[in-house]
Amino acid sequence: MAGKPKLHYTKGRGKMESIRWLLAAAGVEFEEEFIETKEDLEKLRTDGLLMFQQVPMVEIDGMKMVQTRAILSYIAGKYNLYGKDLKERAWIDMYVEGTTDLMGMIMYLPFQPADTKEKNLALIIERATTRYFPVYEKALKDHGNDYLVGNKLSWADIHLLEAILMAEECKPDILSAFPLLQAFKGRISNIPTIKKFLQPGSQRKPPTDEKFVAFVRKIFNI
Amino acid sequence: MSGKPKLHYFNGRGRMEAIRWLLAAAGVEFEECFLETKDDLTKLQKDGSLMFQQVPMVEIDGMKMVQTRAILNYIAAKHNLYGKDLKERALIDMYVEALIDLYELLMTHAFQPADKKEQHFANIVDKTTNRYFPVYEKVLKDHGQDFLVGNRLSRADVHLLETLLMAEECKPDILAQFPLLQSFKARISNIPTIKKFLQPGSQRKPPLQEKDVPKLMKIFH
Repeated sequence: MAGKPKLHYTKGRGKMESIRWLLAAAGVEFEEEFIETKEDLEKLRTDGLLMFQQVPMVEIDGMKMVQTRAILSYIAGKYNLYGKDLKERAWIDMYVEGTTDLMGMIMYLPFQPADTKEKNLALIIERATTRYFPVYEKALKDHGNDYLVGNKLSWADIHLLEAILMAEECKPDILSAFPLLQAFKGRISNIPTIKKFLQPGSQRKPPTDEKFVAFVRKIFNI
Repeated sequence: MSGKPKLHYFNGRGRMEAIRWLLAAAGVEFEECFLETKDDLTKLQKDGSLMFQQVPMVEIDGMKMVQTRAILNYIAAKHNLYGKDLKERALIDMYVEALIDLYELLMTHAFQPADKKEQHFANIVDKTTNRYFPVYEKVLKDHGQDFLVGNRLSRADVHLLETLLMAEECKPDILAQFPLLQSFKARISNIPTIKKFLQPGSQRKPPLQEKDVPKLMKIFH
């Protein structure tokens, strides 16, 4: 019964992208079933496949998992990317929640009214460079290790790389004041599973464009 | 040095309330340091106590923990309220994440501008009775046990009780169609640590009053 995990979502980043990153980094092959119409979403709902009527939903290990963080925590735990004990998990959780907040801001940017875009983009850049990135730069500086927690690759590193790349899409030189994050980016991008995910043709999704925004608004009624 | 956990937040529910509930349910005594003015928040930010310049912050086991979920995860695991294995944790996480979504909906009600309040209220009632509560009612019905996961008290039960009570504050008869949730509510409320937390004089905080909103905005804006 255990086959490849199967991801149910639209064909775009949204809340599913972090899950794709984590599976890919863990070297887990996965399938995707894309919601292309309102009817596709309705069918998932009426078939009783979505616990709270929402996606992301991931079929994995006999479960139909929903809720992004629940799914991510399960994958991280299963593939030893969640630290070795409670304290390491606490640090990983804190770091991941920070990058989740930052990526959340970036994710919603295309959905903001046009006249607030400039202001929101400025806020993202400010938050990234004064609230979030300094924390990770300092973490790397203080212990001098290659990875954020426990001297070993964890969910926190993968999530941070994803956030860095998303932030660079907003402002290409956003890491200019963060030499250790630049080195971190180079290093983590070179991990074979991640390097593969970063190549064209992988299941990584492109940045959200206006066309996709219109599509999402239609499907999800927002 | 490692004494009781110390909670840093304003004197109200917000994002700290779930943490108070979980500590109380686990029988852990805790202290609170309330932010009363913007200066109180600025001071914490300036002395480097807040990893991302935000509260909640909880001093616990030598750490200054931030990020509500990270704090809740740590407390739950430390006090054996997080299931016995990965799969139970997965179920608990799914149930809890949805309750957090519902909680945010309930919590933001006091902040709605007057012209949006009625519609927001209608949305709360709709989501609560059609999307969220039916799931927990069905879980209890399907396994017939006293607790949501693993036949044993977990954080999911604590969060659910907290949310049931908040929903009832919004609409007192909101559990009318959910008999199992009604008996769940009574049963979990009777657990000694929780019963104590529900009594007057505990560290449980009252609902946010509209008159308190301006003061809050001053601290956090």
